[in-house]
Amino acid sequence: MSKGFNKKAFIKTLALLLAFSVVQLLIRFNIISYYYQDILARVCINIILAVSLNLITGFTGQFSLGHAGFMSIGAYTCALIIERVPTVYGFIAGVILGALLAAFAGFLVGLPTLRLKGDYLAIATLGLSEIIRILFINLDSITNGAAGLYLQRRFVNWFWLYLFTVSTVVLISNFVRSSHGRACISIREDEIAAEAVGINTTKYKVIAFMIGSFFAGVAGAVYASYNYFIEPNLFNFSKSIDILVVVVLGGLGSISGSIMAATVLELISSFLQSVAAIRMVLYAVLLILIMLFRPGGLMGSRELSVAMLTELRKKAIAWLKAMPARAVHAVRSIAKGSGKPGDKSAGKGRVDG
Amino acid sequence: MDQFVQQIINGISLGSIYALIALGYTMVYGIIKLINFAHCDVYMLGAYIGYFCMTILHLDVIPSLLIAMMLCTVVGVLIEKIAYKPLRNATRIAVLITAIGVSLFLEYGTMYFVSAQVRTFPPRIVKSMSAGIKLGNINVTYMQLMIVGVTVLLMVLLQFTVKKTRIGKAMRAVSLDVDAAELMGINVDTTISFTFALGSALAGAAGVLVGLYYNSINPLMGMLPGLKAFVAAVFGGIGIIPGAMIGGYFIGMVETFVSGYGYSMYRDAVVFAILILILIIKPAGLLGRNVREKV
Repeated sequence: MSKGFNKKAFIKTLALLLAFSVVQLLIRFNIISYYYQDILARVCINIILAVSLNLITGFTGQFSLGHAGFMSIGAYTCALIIERVPTVYGFIAGVILGALLAAFAGFLVGLPTLRLKGDYLAIATLGLSEIIRILFINLDSITNGAAGLYLQRRFVNWFWLYLFTVSTVVLISNFVRSSHGRACISIREDEIAAEAVGINTTKYKVIAFMIGSFFAGVAGAVYASYNYFIEPNLFNFSKSIDILVVVVLGGLGSISGSIMAATVLELISSFLQSVAAIRMVLYAVLLILIMLFRPGGLMGSRELSVAMLTELRKKAIAWLKAMPARAVHAVRSIAKGSGKPGDKSAGKGRVDG
Repeated sequence: MDQFVQQIINGISLGSIYALIALGYTMVYGIIKLINFAHCDVYMLGAYIGYFCMTILHLDVIPSLLIAMMLCTVVGVLIEKIAYKPLRNATRIAVLITAIGVSLFLEYGTMYFVSAQVRTFPPRIVKSMSAGIKLGNINVTYMQLMIVGVTVLLMVLLQFTVKKTRIGKAMRAVSLDVDAAELMGINVDTTISFTFALGSALAGAAGVLVGLYYNSINPLMGMLPGLKAFVAAVFGGIGIIPGAMIGGYFIGMVETFVSGYGYSMYRDAVVFAILILILIIKPAGLLGRNVREKV
């Protein structure tokens, strides 16, 4: 049993390393153009954001509309440290400190507000992220206000992007599978029942909130270093909504869903870059349609797995196999449909006769 | 002292507008327990409809106001029928996300059709409105008088509708208990649509008034006032109509005083801080009662 598990983990690690090296080589030999490298970086940052928000909203069921606020804390911390220590070590320190500060903010925010439920929590987190943004605008002496901060050098490359993205996904999916993660899921399913079986719901809500904010901070720090430039208005309400759209589209409670949705949406929005207004209208329609027809998101709370793929394959094969028969049936029914009036008149004729 | 009185007058006119928007939030929340994020965009649409009435049709303020209210009513009912009605039995998070979707759709749809540029109202109307009465150092513009007048009139009409008419009685019954109301033979769907109609009409009126007051409208203008109006509704106790009025005036006053005394950069932060304090100290709001959750 344990041997089988090890083998699985070994294959997974190998696959991850292979994916990394392939992309690294492709970048090295300039096969992936700068444009696609940019998309790749944005996809990675979006994955970190979406997976961390999924832990809060998808798994623990706490509706947060303030993820961009935590992201901005990470971004500003990292940018300010890089400004003073413009080395890779400064960048690493910035990411770690930014993430820790974001987690601390999550703790401060979470403790009082997590007693609120559903919509109230959503509004409170929204208000808090707006307060954070307004503070960043007004703390001129530190953050350079609404004009934003410019960074001279970029430290983020494919190595760091990949490292942070993979560690976020691995750590959060392991957390969700641990007993703590199960406790979080039980809060989503039924808070009162969870409390009744002895789960300290406030504690687990705060934990989920802190971990989620921690990784939002990581994403913010990476974003700051990648983008050369940050300003408070990058982290406004719309940014929080953007992250939420990814989580909802992928499926509330599905990490693989979040990853796929982050990739697809980033691709879509890069291709629609020139028509930004249309992009948002499309997002809106997408949100409404998904909620109307698949309220759990595309993947629901399921994960993409080998079992699921084989089942899908089976279904697809069965569907394809039934194709000729269905086609024949369809043709027949059409033929019958057109022949019907004739049949009827024939029948009538017989009765008359 | 003069400045203080002036600030109170400004606060009352701003508060009237917040109260008008907050009423829509609070009625809808009271009846289907939904934060209607699209409400603030109905208000934005109201401003645009008013703008086009005044520029293209060359109408006066009052007819534009009435047309905006009527069209907004239609929009509000359509939103309810298309987006919210199919989700009557869905989870609250699903409905909330739909509401955000509708809001984004209205904002960016409008932006697509009328472009993101900021527009100003025709000078002839703005000029006549910004004239006013001077009492010593205190200045009251006709605009402010009209805002307060229209708001009070609409509030009285609303109170009459909710308290005295048959459909108002149905609204109160549905907000108390949907199932019981249905058993008593109340048509719940019609009642909910009517609530949306009322709220949207008020939002449309507020939109035109705000557009004239600040003399600048854009497709994203609803976002911030919408959130603040929601704060007002929560402050007064969401679902309670007089609460929304009190909350609206309170938030308007706070905002005017904070910016009037030199902290205008922080005025939004203060409003949100009030929201968080209220949610922590008295989540049911000023006039609300705490309801125990039953299993």
